[in-house]
Amino acid sequence: MSDAKLLHARSSVFRYASPVTFFPLAGKLSRLCGVCAPLLICVGLYIGFFVAPTDAQQGEAYRIIFIHVPAAWMSMFIYVVMAFWAAAGLVIRTRLSGMMALALAPTGALFTFIALWTGALWGKPTWGAWWVWDARLTSELILLFLYFGFMALHASIDDSRRADKAAAILAVTGLVNIPIIYFSVKWWNTLHQGASVSFTNAPTMAASMFTGMMLVTVGFWLYSIAIACVRVRSLILEREGSSPWVAAYLRKQS
Amino acid sequence: MNWGSFADFVQMGGYGVYVWGSYAMTLAALAFEVSGVLRRQRRTWRRLQAQLTDEPAL
Repeated sequence: MSDAKLLHARSSVFRYASPVTFFPLAGKLSRLCGVCAPLLICVGLYIGFFVAPTDAQQGEAYRIIFIHVPAAWMSMFIYVVMAFWAAAGLVIRTRLSGMMALALAPTGALFTFIALWTGALWGKPTWGAWWVWDARLTSELILLFLYFGFMALHASIDDSRRADKAAAILAVTGLVNIPIIYFSVKWWNTLHQGASVSFTNAPTMAASMFTGMMLVTVGFWLYSIAIACVRVRSLILEREGSSPWVAAYLRKQS
Repeated sequence: MNWGSFADFVQMGGYGVYVWGSYAMTLAALAFEVSGVLRRQRRTWRRLQAQLTDEPAL
């Protein structure tokens, strides 16, 4: 590839790192994902309730899995993406990265809360307790506090660039908690059951259960993209409201 | 088909409270987030539009 071509390819990727070009793209992305997400979740839940058989050990209580596991996966995945944007903000200092990290935090916290809530409602009938201080549950609770800490720290600093930086350091540091959550059921003797689905082994569950769960997971993933895109658009407008491109954009819209 | 009747479906083999309690909270949480995000977007949008009409167009 010639230098000119290479430069062009690079600039076309980095073009979207600028709020000006990302703003309309985020709008389109949020509409597309916002339409697909509920459809996939509905199909996934239909399979979960009407196709997937009753579990031999846990009866119908296991049907909580169709939101519990996807929500728990999203809680960890969103944290990794958030920490990625935070780190990108620290290293390459694009204006957008801090806003991306901030836009993801509430959604990550929400899925962490859902994972904990559904876990409590699943734990009660199967273990006889809403909550136990087991490694998996405790590390997931720490994840919730990391999200809260990230948002609180960001909110406590007035200057948005400095807030981005401070919160980014917290986010990157907290990344150490993610493998702890993921491997907790292997490293410690936990009450929480081991993984039914892993990267290395075939899933130890009926194919229909697996299909339903994966569809809801993809649905939650698209939901997160949609909601983060809408949120980042608000953040862009809030931060860059006085710049000429926003005025030009708003004039075109009205 | 797993369910003989609608009542069966609601009871979830005796685990109805736990299963539906999970699904209801999830739905409520997502609805809360969506409405909050859309409200914030509308508010920001309106504020900037108002600012724009206040300022003389260049």
